Amino acid sequence: MVERIHHDGNDKGDILVYALSTCVWCKKAKNYFESRNIAYDYIHVDLLEGDDKKEVVDEIVKLNPLCSFPTILINGKCIVGFKEDQITEEIK
Amino acid sequence: MEFDQKVEDLYEKIKKQAEGSGYHLNPDAGFSKSLIEGLTINEERYGYMLCPCRLASGDRMKDLDIICPCDYRDADITEFGACYCALYVNSSIFKGEKDAEPIPERRKPEGKERLPVWRCRVCGYLCAREYPPEFCPICKVSSDRFEKFL
Repeated sequence: MVERIHHDGNDKGDILVYALSTCVWCKKAKNYFESRNIAYDYIHVDLLEGDDKKEVVDEIVKLNPLCSFPTILINGKCIVGFKEDQITEEIK
Repeated sequence: MEFDQKVEDLYEKIKKQAEGSGYHLNPDAGFSKSLIEGLTINEERYGYMLCPCRLASGDRMKDLDIICPCDYRDADITEFGACYCALYVNSSIFKGEKDAEPIPERRKPEGKERLPVWRCRVCGYLCAREYPPEFCPICKVSSDRFEKFL
């Protein structure tokens, strides 16, 4: 199991952002949670190597076959791309 | 060279190239520079300027279509007003009339299709792409001056 990086804040359930360290839309997604002081986890997939990378990419493809970023999981619900309205809807 | 200076130089270079050939960079300079920073990191990391918003395979041959500017930029600008990252935008986003929004990934795992050829009726410029460009890169007339040639 690849380690998630945890960002502390108020608990709104299990939130995971599959992100790229270089991607601006991923930064916007992470900022969304940070600016609202919401706890979330993220994985910078581009910084993984070998088996870890493969394991995480396989996880993402199951949720989002195009494996695009950010792929956001909020309490089991998958949101592809930084779709602010959908995220807001899920964390209500 | 300092990393920040590299980013600044690349930003100026890409901006000049874009504006000289009928394209616009995102007018939010902070946003654009953040993407150019990603491009600079990717060039150091992989040896080519991989799209900062996509995952590299690490093999240039497999990633050719997602080296910036990517194969999908022009079709995305025509359909959505911006490329996948929103580094390149159309005139209405450039002028601040509209905002760049996240757009779907156009890159598909399967192979490529054959593209039509468009001809600029004014200067004869030919290009094979899904739609004609917003402006002719040669004579700068608008896209409605193009005809489907092949």
